Amino acid sequence: MALWDFFCSLKLSIFTLIMLAVTSIIGTVLQQNQTKEQYLHVFSPKTYAILDKLQMFDMYHSTWFIGLLVLFCINLICCSIKRLPRVWKIVTKPTLVPSKAVLEAFPNTVERTVRGSLSEIRPRMETFAKDNFAATRCTETEEGIYLYAEKNKYARFGVYVTHLSILIIFTGAIIGNIFGYKAYVNIPEGGSIDRVWLRSGEPVDLGFKVTCDAFSVSYYPNSQRPKEYKSILTIEENGEVVVDKRPIIVNDPLTHNGITFYQSNFGPAGSEIMTIKVKLRGEDKAQAFTLRIGEQAQLPDGTSLTAADFTTSYRNFGPAARLNVKKQGEAATSVIVFKNFPEFDQQRKGTYLLSLEDFTQRYYTGLQATKDPGVWVVWLGCTMLVVGSLIAFFVSHRRMWIVLREKDGKVQVRLVGTAHRNQPAYELYFDKLKEAFNKHLA
Amino acid sequence: MTSGSFFNLVTIGYFAAMVLFIAFLATKSFGVARLATWVASIGFVLQTIGIGLRWYETYQIPGGAGYAPMSNLYESVVFFSWTILLIYLLIEWKYKQKAVGAFVLPFAFLGMSWAQLSLDSTIAPLVPALQSNWLTYHVITCFLGYAAFAVACGVSIMYLIKVGREENERGSKAGGVLSLFPSAKILDDLNYKAIMIGFPLLSIGIITGAAWANYAWGTYWSWDPKETWSLIVWFIYAAFLHARITRGWAGRRAAILSIIGFLATIFCYLGVNLLLSGLHSYGS
Repeated sequence: MALWDFFCSLKLSIFTLIMLAVTSIIGTVLQQNQTKEQYLHVFSPKTYAILDKLQMFDMYHSTWFIGLLVLFCINLICCSIKRLPRVWKIVTKPTLVPSKAVLEAFPNTVERTVRGSLSEIRPRMETFAKDNFAATRCTETEEGIYLYAEKNKYARFGVYVTHLSILIIFTGAIIGNIFGYKAYVNIPEGGSIDRVWLRSGEPVDLGFKVTCDAFSVSYYPNSQRPKEYKSILTIEENGEVVVDKRPIIVNDPLTHNGITFYQSNFGPAGSEIMTIKVKLRGEDKAQAFTLRIGEQAQLPDGTSLTAADFTTSYRNFGPAARLNVKKQGEAATSVIVFKNFPEFDQQRKGTYLLSLEDFTQRYYTGLQATKDPGVWVVWLGCTMLVVGSLIAFFVSHRRMWIVLREKDGKVQVRLVGTAHRNQPAYELYFDKLKEAFNKHLA
Repeated sequence: MTSGSFFNLVTIGYFAAMVLFIAFLATKSFGVARLATWVASIGFVLQTIGIGLRWYETYQIPGGAGYAPMSNLYESVVFFSWTILLIYLLIEWKYKQKAVGAFVLPFAFLGMSWAQLSLDSTIAPLVPALQSNWLTYHVITCFLGYAAFAVACGVSIMYLIKVGREENERGSKAGGVLSLFPSAKILDDLNYKAIMIGFPLLSIGIITGAAWANYAWGTYWSWDPKETWSLIVWFIYAAFLHARITRGWAGRRAAILSIIGFLATIFCYLGVNLLLSGLHSYGS
């Protein structure tokens, strides 16, 4: 019994909440889930061993932290089990005829003695209650007539809805952990995949094929500030296109068969493709070659042109390519051409005039693929948490009794009111009720 | 007029209101108190116009798609001051306790002067991660919650001063400046009421943050320092709410918990960004 009381106690709730708050700080100060090498950079091997033993490097999933959360849940469940039956009774079986002692314990009360009979006063009081508060239930006893009315009785459950919501959120998180996954995949532009990879390196088959048709980055005018990262995705299932060229951007993912793809990162896929224009000196006709680094083009006279290097910014001159030009029987010469200065090669006075017409960069898009069947349970819990706490804080169960007694040919009328929370506000409310009550009996 | 010049006026207004509220405690003149409320209200109206104007300005920059002005540190501090005034004026209007102003206005004034004097007020269009309506919902609810906690903290400081003085003078009612303070019982109740407003707002703030993270990154919770600190704040106020219905925990201990809660709130808001690393880097 002592153990049960311990698990039900509010002191335990306060203790667990404060412990959760204090211990949670650790993981925000000590970087979590780094590699052993990274930690050994900061800590001595001895300190590392101790911290590792205490599971400090992944503390939010450590036995002791989960243990605290479990304790928190047990406390929640126990105190709800302890208090709920009483509350359930109050809501479903209201005290229609409270004892004298109970009635006298409520501070908000007013009594009047009026001329008339019970059968005459009773309907007047019933209309009073109906107009100013709520419809009444009547019980006739030997002592007198008891009228009972109440409002917002379900407000009593606000606290328990809040408590239950936390258990539901945890349930959702557990479902997600067991049946869901978080994986990553990189797809080059034009490429396709049918599996994604977990952080552990393990592949997961999707059951459909995802193609990245294109990827693009756009920037705000005259600045380096990114405006949009966009991938165009096509999904094929059993050879049939089910999602056709759907753009996804950060903040607008794509969901298919319960798996959601998020724009996560991007990078260059392979080297740039350059378009090199070759013109014979003195002639107007030009020939263009597209080359990647290391690729070679043959000119009509047998001269070979090799793309040796490329940069998007050569000092301050913008995109530039380095080409190796090798005439037959001669040593190769290195030539640099600039996109922004097509005439630059003039000064070399070679047989050919070379220029960098354009270049394109192919990207890969980095997607995160997530499956979380528990997420809706979490949102349900969150909604209950908000609704439950709003009810618990702002709605009160208000009850009212009107007791009518015959006394010396007159009727003694007693009005008693109570609220289950926020007494100061109820006092103001009761003052108004009292006013109406007096007016009704005047 | 630009939004910046409005905010300068607001800063001056909040300074004046703060001085007037303190003058009210010194002079005990209710005329001064009324004037203080008027100045604070005018400041609030000017700030509302200023925020609206800045919102308009976000559409005027080259390539500006426009956004609710709550996306960087400067904008968030200005918005925080605005929410503090909003919650304070509501509570003053409802509970008619003007002395509280002397302990709440300083937070708003400090925020505005910090923003105006040393934060970067450049309007920059939103990076992809911030282009979402969730940003607006998330920021509004979080800051309304923070503001309610700021008011609760001010009230708790008053409570501790009042109760401390009364205990020193062995049960006699505190005189002087303190006679204008609401009674300890009312302060304790105001503290609770402010937190009752703040707690659901903070909960919604955390939930909208989680919903947004889930929508943008596919994870509603990743124990990022900002997330964790918001949860720490939530734990502290949850403890407060349970403490208040436990014998021996109302009054002084509740006031202390409320102050600790607000310190944690400030750390969650600023400390995490300035000292720790994570997702909420205010675009830097």
